Amino acid sequence: MTMIKVDHLAVSYGHGDSLIRVVNDVSFEVAKGETFGLVGESGCGKSTVLGALAGRNRQWTGSIRIDDEAIGQKRSISQLAKQQMVFQDPFGSIHPRHTIGRTLLEPLEIHGKDNRQERVEKALKDVGLPLNFRYRFPHQLSGGQRQRVAIARALILEPRILLLDEPTSALDVSIQAEILNLLKDLRDREKLTYILVSHDLAVVAHLCDRVAIMQNGGFVEVATKAQLLADTVAHPYTRVLMDGSRGYVASRRSVGVKAS
Amino acid sequence: MTQDPGTAMTKSGYFTDLHNWLINEDFTSTKQARLHKAYVAWLSLLANPLAFAGFAVVITLVIIAALAPVLTVYDPYGQDLATALKAPSASHWFGTDEFGRDVYTRVVYGARTTLYISILVTVIVAPIGFVIGASAGYLGGWVDVVLMRITDIFLSFPSLVLALAFSAALGPGIENAVIAIALTIWPPIARLARAETLTFRHADFVVAAELQGARMGRILLRHIVPLCAPSIIVRLTLNMSSIILTAAGLGFLGLGAQPPMAEWGAMAAAGRKYLLDAWWLTTIPGLAILVVSLAFNLFGDGLRDILDPRNA
Repeated sequence: MTMIKVDHLAVSYGHGDSLIRVVNDVSFEVAKGETFGLVGESGCGKSTVLGALAGRNRQWTGSIRIDDEAIGQKRSISQLAKQQMVFQDPFGSIHPRHTIGRTLLEPLEIHGKDNRQERVEKALKDVGLPLNFRYRFPHQLSGGQRQRVAIARALILEPRILLLDEPTSALDVSIQAEILNLLKDLRDREKLTYILVSHDLAVVAHLCDRVAIMQNGGFVEVATKAQLLADTVAHPYTRVLMDGSRGYVASRRSVGVKAS
Repeated sequence: MTQDPGTAMTKSGYFTDLHNWLINEDFTSTKQARLHKAYVAWLSLLANPLAFAGFAVVITLVIIAALAPVLTVYDPYGQDLATALKAPSASHWFGTDEFGRDVYTRVVYGARTTLYISILVTVIVAPIGFVIGASAGYLGGWVDVVLMRITDIFLSFPSLVLALAFSAALGPGIENAVIAIALTIWPPIARLARAETLTFRHADFVVAAELQGARMGRILLRHIVPLCAPSIIVRLTLNMSSIILTAAGLGFLGLGAQPPMAEWGAMAAAGRKYLLDAWWLTTIPGLAILVVSLAFNLFGDGLRDILDPRNA
């Protein structure tokens, strides 16, 4: 079953002479429960695609269908609850003067949900935070704990889709794995659909079923996880990215020169 | 924390427990989290003697205004021409004015007028300045341009001249003085609110609230107000002295409080005629204005250190 269907999506910023088109003609489908990755270098438009899906960027053309419902530039409140976003920087994505409880109550109040206290407690439990954290302020939490709060806030509206904008790149390596495993557990338990933006192919390979490689606002290739792991990707740009993500590996020729 | 461990140690059992409960960051309720913040603010106020002195004077002023009838024996409006222009003595601590009214009594009742004006102006100005500034910053575009040019027009006049013009147009009287002063005080607040809003406008937590479906009113009230409040409160406290001085200035020129109302500026103005013979008529209200304005300034400076982490 298709959860997200995007056809000929183009996104731009600015008006008139300063109009810049960042994403050109992107089409893809994401099945329910699938994790779809978007990778590419900085400025290739991956976060912009995510922004358009989240409702953050409204300057787009083409068609977006979420859960078999066509989405317009302006969304209704129930359409907004269908997908929620987790931001890259956990230090900037939580209101610094709201307690964690306040942060989690806010979406419930906006959407007029009932049983608010129970929902807040369940959300904290789901992301593995102790219940008394609801009385804390963000500055009393570590980066990983804040990212858990951000995930709890996104999940509290019971969305079908989580849009993850580099959710681990601002975190320590040891914390990254924790958050990725949490996201994996939540996906399997709640039957969530993810779109994950990252420039880290290791993160993508850990979580994603399929990956779209973006360059200059378009897809150059959609690879499967198996292709990434078996190193059988087709497009040369994907190869460049994969080589880059390996870090420094001495090429065969320079090793040969040293040996001789 | 500014509290040194020594002071906590000397406190007796109950207060030590209370201190530990307040200082401990493992909160068990929202109330404790709030009280903790207030307690930490109180400790940092104690650590700043000048700010604390300002705070003490402001509190004293409030107590004096509230207890005016208890603190005085004379009627502030009761005339007794037989005792006119008497020098300060045991029965009239600050002497008497040209109608034989007790200056001490009138200074004490004048505290009410001063507080009345400054609180009323603040209550009018804070929401207006915030709404105009925050809307301009949040919406941007032509709304920003229109609102900020209006603000600029108000800012381009010297505040006393503008207040004079308004109170002359509205007619003399204390309510009109309040309106006139409010009209001159709001533009800097609006500017401040706009600047603060702009810094948070595109922050991720505001975007997150928008993606959850929060409307503009909710974002301004719930998300922007808590962030702007410290700097606006500091600014308003620092403005208190200029409100008091402008009110005194208007009273001095006869456009503010009308006789026989006790108001420090008007009292100083009335005493001017007798300055050579009866120095206390002008000096005492003048000193009162000085002390209270200074206290508000010191307190405001201290508040900035406490509330506004960027300046700490």
